[in-house]
Amino acid sequence: MSSILKKAAVVSIPTVRQALLRSNPVLATSLLAKRAYNSKNGVEMTVRDALNSALEEEMTADEKVYLLGEEVGQYNGAYKVSKGLLDKFGPKRVIDTPITESGFCGLAVGSAFAGLKPVCEFMTWNFAMQAIDQIVNSAAKTHYMSGGNVNCPITFRGPNGAAAGVAAQHSQCFAAWYGSVPGLKVVSPWNSEDAKGLLKAAIRDPNPVVVLENELMYGISFPMSEAALSKDFVVEIGKAKIEKAGTDITIVAHSRSVGFALEAAYLLEKEGICSAEVINLRSIRPLDTETIIKSVKKTNRLVTVEGGWPQYGVGSEICAQIMESEAFDHLDAPVVRVTGADVPTPYAQNLEAFAFPDTEVIARVIKRTLTKKIGA
Amino acid sequence: MFSTQKISLAKVAAKAFITPLTVRTFASSAARNVSINLHKGSFESYNCDAPSLDVEISKDELVRMYKSMVTMRRMEMASDGLYKAKLIRGFCHLCTGQEAVAVGMETALTAEDNIITAYRCHGFTYMRGASITSILAELLGRKAGISGGKGGSMHMFTPNFFGGNGIVGAQVPLGAGIAFAQKYKGHKAATFSLYGDGASNQGQVFEAYNMAKLWELPAVFVCENNRYGMGTAANRSSANTSYFKRGDYIPGLRVNGMDVLAVHQAVAYAKEWTVSGKGPLLLEMETYRYGGHSMSDPGTTYRTREEIQHMRSNNDPITGLKQRLLEFNIITEDEMKAIDKAARVEVDQAVEEAKASGEPDISEFWTQIYQKGSGVPTARGREPEEFHHY
Repeated sequence: MSSILKKAAVVSIPTVRQALLRSNPVLATSLLAKRAYNSKNGVEMTVRDALNSALEEEMTADEKVYLLGEEVGQYNGAYKVSKGLLDKFGPKRVIDTPITESGFCGLAVGSAFAGLKPVCEFMTWNFAMQAIDQIVNSAAKTHYMSGGNVNCPITFRGPNGAAAGVAAQHSQCFAAWYGSVPGLKVVSPWNSEDAKGLLKAAIRDPNPVVVLENELMYGISFPMSEAALSKDFVVEIGKAKIEKAGTDITIVAHSRSVGFALEAAYLLEKEGICSAEVINLRSIRPLDTETIIKSVKKTNRLVTVEGGWPQYGVGSEICAQIMESEAFDHLDAPVVRVTGADVPTPYAQNLEAFAFPDTEVIARVIKRTLTKKIGA
Repeated sequence: MFSTQKISLAKVAAKAFITPLTVRTFASSAARNVSINLHKGSFESYNCDAPSLDVEISKDELVRMYKSMVTMRRMEMASDGLYKAKLIRGFCHLCTGQEAVAVGMETALTAEDNIITAYRCHGFTYMRGASITSILAELLGRKAGISGGKGGSMHMFTPNFFGGNGIVGAQVPLGAGIAFAQKYKGHKAATFSLYGDGASNQGQVFEAYNMAKLWELPAVFVCENNRYGMGTAANRSSANTSYFKRGDYIPGLRVNGMDVLAVHQAVAYAKEWTVSGKGPLLLEMETYRYGGHSMSDPGTTYRTREEIQHMRSNNDPITGLKQRLLEFNIITEDEMKAIDKAARVEVDQAVEEAKASGEPDISEFWTQIYQKGSGVPTARGREPEEFHHY
């Protein structure tokens, strides 16, 4: 095929893909993910089922692990993440709480002080603001304040960030808030392997761990490797994963944004524009700066992507750390952040479309930043 | 082991409550025990029976109570002096006047039971097994402090004492959680969660009440009502100052918290109540602090000196027990003076030991943020060059 024809063929594909993305971003990400994975056994699992497996396996392995939260038991979970657990483990270990986040979070933390391993579910992380004092002042700080005498092996989990059409009070991303607290670990899974491995790691971790899931990812299926299906599978907290290797630019993302970043990367590759490396952070705290620095040294360009607000966010932190590191000398262009917009999330769909980054936005930003060069 | 006198008392008191615990405190022979009658106004109950006004207790136990209260007071007075000498920094909340609550509680409980309170915690820390040196050293921010000097006045812990908590009211759901863990593990133990009149209106307190009752947790909620939440009198903070009734569906007991034996009796009753599966109970200890809210508060701008003096003269817990010890010929005045002196010596020695302890190593700045062996690779200091690698 001549180069002109090749280009023409290539130009038409992104248009189709864009149309697909606009109409059904969830499906598009899923299709992308299928291609991104190399699953030999052909087993697929939704993020929801992966979380469910993690809970089931850890509750089976350790009697001290229990789950509490609103609707986790008889309702089988507001988002069905805890489906079947009450039937399997009984009401002693799967507890439906009243709608009292401050109280039940405090109760969970106290039970962790006294030796249990609670998994405290917040129906969404927005509601955890009622309980944030217990998470930060009781759970995160007590080991230090007690000179190491008191332990808090608790896991806090729930959906974080944007859903669809749930507006301002139900769409906030809390990665930056919890990520700033010493004493906490914070993880943000993207796909099913992340979800299962990180939740298991969180439950096994003797420290308080915040697990920021994403409601829009719950229903998405991903291939699961043989290793991931094992009941001893854990993903190390604090280690990012390179989802796609590349040479021209590094994209760092977490949670749902990883899917968009991958989509943008494949798009641009198909268009012959660049080869992008996509890093899935997996953990917000500790942040795997080492992996990011190594990648930037290779590609010389960096774009961060997140769903949270721009000011004082995850991207801001990455920029600052890159500036302060040896990676700065390897940058050919300033680091760019792609973030949620600095507005309370609107309800109307056409407005909401401007609130969170997607593949199109990321691709546009990458193309623009590729044209920049320091000193040029 | 028991005298006929005690058996007949038991029959008389059949309707009232006599705990296995009070029976168990009779460690020595019957001749070493006394029967003390509490004042009629010692208890007021809400949806439950009041404990018996007849207290059966050993002489040894009474002397121990006296010694504990005297030592505790000495310890708090020493803290007062150290704070004024600027050796203690930040917050320092003393329990002078409230000794009967911590002492009466401890004598009715065992090491299996748990206690959690707020920031007025030095007395409880002592009763729950901490040495005076470790408490004072913590106040001084030294290595020998019970939290390694990293917590300070409000963050002291022992294996069955969960602090020491700085955020008003937060300790109450935590305490419900500790009770939850006891039930979960099948331990027959009670958990006492204390809070003040000021904290009693916190929403999370009611959230804790609700879950404790719903799930029948072995939790006892104790309102230490010392009449003032910092500078605000109880009737200026609370629409309902009958704190023992605030549990609504949880029965409650109001107790004269200046009488160590009334406290002891009520706590024994509460432990039995909750451990026997009756669910939570609420206690209100009517008590009084002679000092201000903290060392930053003179304590005289919102109450009269006459009131303070009146409480000291007529309701002091140590004086009250002293009178009983003398009345029942348990010890002599000289023996009492010897105890007072020994307490002073003990505390003075602890002060010296605490002062002699060095400040924590700088390396401790970075430790115990996470549990050992499961931490993070680095921690950032004030500037990039201050990076700590674990």
